[in-house]
Amino acid sequence: MTALLEARSISRAFGGLHVTNNVSFALQPGDRVALIGPNGAGKTTLVNLITGDIAPSAGQFLMSGDDITAESIPARVQRGLVRTFQTTRLFQTLTVADNVALAIMQRRGITRRFFSRATERPDVRAEWSDILARVGLDMLAYRRVSELAYGQQRLIELAIGIALKPKVLLLDEPAAGVPHDEAPRILDAINALPADIAVLMIEHDMDLVFKFASRVLVLAAGRLIFEGSPKDVTADHEVRRAYLGSYADARRAP
Amino acid sequence: MRLALSIATDALAYGMVLFIISIGLSIMMGLMRVVNLAHGAFAMVGGYLASYAIRDLHVHYSVAILLAVLGTIIVSIPFELLLYRRIYRKSDPLIQVLMTIGITFFIIGVVNFIFGPSLKTIPLPALLSGPLDIGFRSVPTHRLFVIACGVVTALSLWWLIEKTEFGIKLRASVDHSGMADALGIRTEIIYAATFALAIGLGAFGGVVGAEILPIEPFYALRYMVTFLVVVSVGGAGSIMGALSASLLLGLADTTGKYLAPEFGEFFFYLTVIVIVFLFPHGLFGRAHA
Amino acid sequence: MTDIALNRVPHRRSIAFAQEGLGALAIVALGAVGWFLFPDDLAFLTRLIGLAFLVLSLDLVTGYCGIATLGHAALFGAAAYAAGIACVRGITDPLALLGIGIVAGALVGLISGALIARFRGLPQLVLSIAVGQLVAALANKLQWLTGGSDGLSGIAPGKVFGIFNFDMYSRTAFLFSLAILVVVFVALSRLVRSPFGLMCRGIKDDDLRARMIGVAVYPRLVVMYGVSGAVAGVGGALTAMSTGVVGLDSVSFERSAEVLVMLVLGGAGHLWGALAGALIFQIFEHIVAAANPFHWMTLVGLLLIGIVVFAPKGLIEPVLTLAHRLRKGRAS
Repeated sequence: MTALLEARSISRAFGGLHVTNNVSFALQPGDRVALIGPNGAGKTTLVNLITGDIAPSAGQFLMSGDDITAESIPARVQRGLVRTFQTTRLFQTLTVADNVALAIMQRRGITRRFFSRATERPDVRAEWSDILARVGLDMLAYRRVSELAYGQQRLIELAIGIALKPKVLLLDEPAAGVPHDEAPRILDAINALPADIAVLMIEHDMDLVFKFASRVLVLAAGRLIFEGSPKDVTADHEVRRAYLGSYADARRAP
Repeated sequence: MRLALSIATDALAYGMVLFIISIGLSIMMGLMRVVNLAHGAFAMVGGYLASYAIRDLHVHYSVAILLAVLGTIIVSIPFELLLYRRIYRKSDPLIQVLMTIGITFFIIGVVNFIFGPSLKTIPLPALLSGPLDIGFRSVPTHRLFVIACGVVTALSLWWLIEKTEFGIKLRASVDHSGMADALGIRTEIIYAATFALAIGLGAFGGVVGAEILPIEPFYALRYMVTFLVVVSVGGAGSIMGALSASLLLGLADTTGKYLAPEFGEFFFYLTVIVIVFLFPHGLFGRAHA
Repeated sequence: MTDIALNRVPHRRSIAFAQEGLGALAIVALGAVGWFLFPDDLAFLTRLIGLAFLVLSLDLVTGYCGIATLGHAALFGAAAYAAGIACVRGITDPLALLGIGIVAGALVGLISGALIARFRGLPQLVLSIAVGQLVAALANKLQWLTGGSDGLSGIAPGKVFGIFNFDMYSRTAFLFSLAILVVVFVALSRLVRSPFGLMCRGIKDDDLRARMIGVAVYPRLVVMYGVSGAVAGVGGALTAMSTGVVGLDSVSFERSAEVLVMLVLGGAGHLWGALAGALIFQIFEHIVAAANPFHWMTLVGLLLIGIVVFAPKGLIEPVLTLAHRLRKGRAS
């Protein structure tokens, strides 16, 4: 079966430094994959490469068999490749409903209309009120985004991601900075995502990783050093060295 | 041949005046990230002070220059304390534009109130007036003086920025203001000193360039765009950039005025559009974080 | 769907066309005040309305798209010249001239937008100035067409609808301009609330976010610039028709700066602010500048500094905050 998203030998160098080094993987429909690795491993860079924010120095990206390596960010989004941001990027002066409605309307191709109604269009409204209810933000629909708490803004990011009906959803630390008691809500929303899409999540919170992922990719110093089930990750030698290596080396040094 | 020499000396002199005035603006835009549209207004104030000093106080030209520069810096202090400090390093150019246009209008109004609407000349000393024989041709002495001033300014600034401690601190503050703060470099003092330097240079340029850019109340508005364009084309914060842009645009403008006067500033602005399109951060500029 | 999501979205009462209707009424009311209380100043009021179109058009790109420009007069002036030249050469029907102004404004708007919307920040500002000055230089150079520094005069439009003559007291011009202002304002009110308008506001807030939901940002901004040009074109054509002359001041940097001040005074991003700013500024200018133009400059300078320091969102902001609080009080 053709992979929804495939990375082939992706590399990215800045001068002599390889921030991404010969990374290859594939995402099938229904995949729930966690991307983990020590700080500075290049996880966000890899996501930026996938979405088209930065161009690879070598390698290819394919979506359902088509080469998308040269395509622009909006083009990839239109193919169903969607990401959320690690630091929230939302339309701050607009309402929660507006933010989600824009994503819906863009997906539907009606954002070029000059004279029809926008957020309050009945069909658009039905969609966004449903999505907001699913992430538990429906009461805040008409509040300005800038007035909301950080955790709530992370949920809006997720809502926008859902609204775009992606085929591949890239989540960049969706629970980052969220108070621990609010994290379950985010996990619920993630688990309620359509079963046939592929989700790649960067996360540090191993609890979340274990509850969410069926597969784990481990990135260290730009290289993919492990791919397998969550259970096998902690036992793997390479992974242990990547995370704990410096400490062990320090202990051994005279 | 004579025409070419005339164009050359006029263009060079005009370019140098643009440089001396604009380099201050370039430094301000490079360091404090302030689009100071009022820079021309301060240059104009310098011109007015020099004119007053020579005609009413009867001092010598060189003393007048000193008085003009110091006087303008003193005049600028309240603006720096009350207004400019609010907009240092704020990234919204619209706010900076509005504030500095406001300052410009204010200065124009006040200057007119004090000095009247007529053009103010700055009489040159006997040494600098009249032609100078440079061997094969005669060239107005003043033009040569201006060109010499420009060269001296460029060299002095280069030495100041590259070779002195102040220069090192300045460059550190430009590149990494947070780090500079952490290292104990008093950035507010650097900013204030740089502001004074920029204004002083502007005033200096306003005085020596008065033959080419005449001093009258609308000077500040008339050349507002010119100085901004020079800095944007050259790249904010770069001496080389300001120099090349000044000379390039000075040449384009002067040649245009000699050869095709009906076109006015058409070619000047066409050049600007092309350059900004190809080099959005100027010929020698860098994208700011 | 896994379960029926409990929909607890707060109810939002909205009467169709409420906002637009209110706007139209307010403009008509203000127009009536002008008509009945200042019948000798209709020429000034007509000119006021003409410039109001330019401020509205600037609001579209600055207030709704976040593009800072000091070259917007070019769109207005180009349309004024186009309408003026057409009239002098034989096309006298006011509606036709209006159409010509709209097309000319839109064209210059599209070209300006294509150049200016390409960048952000300082390069954008400088390009906007350069484009404006380029158009101004052209207007000067093409003397045989535009009259150069002498300007274009002798613009004598025909009768509106074949009935109403442009009279000496500017009665026809005033009513004609007022009517068109109402129509344009209503249309723009719809536009800024439409999907297109909302998306532009989103782009203004965060254009990377917009790209990340699949929006091609640049073409959209250019389109908005075209719309803005059309609106400016309406103003330009009306001004040419009502004053009978077009001069270089209509494409000048000073004009561009002036309308930006008007917009910021009223408050960008609300359409209302544009109208309020245009009204207040021009009335004060009429009174003060006639007395002493230099004192006017000092005052405007202080005003600008004051706005930036105390009310960067414009005068309309306190009014809107009050309205917002009233509405919230009613809904809860």
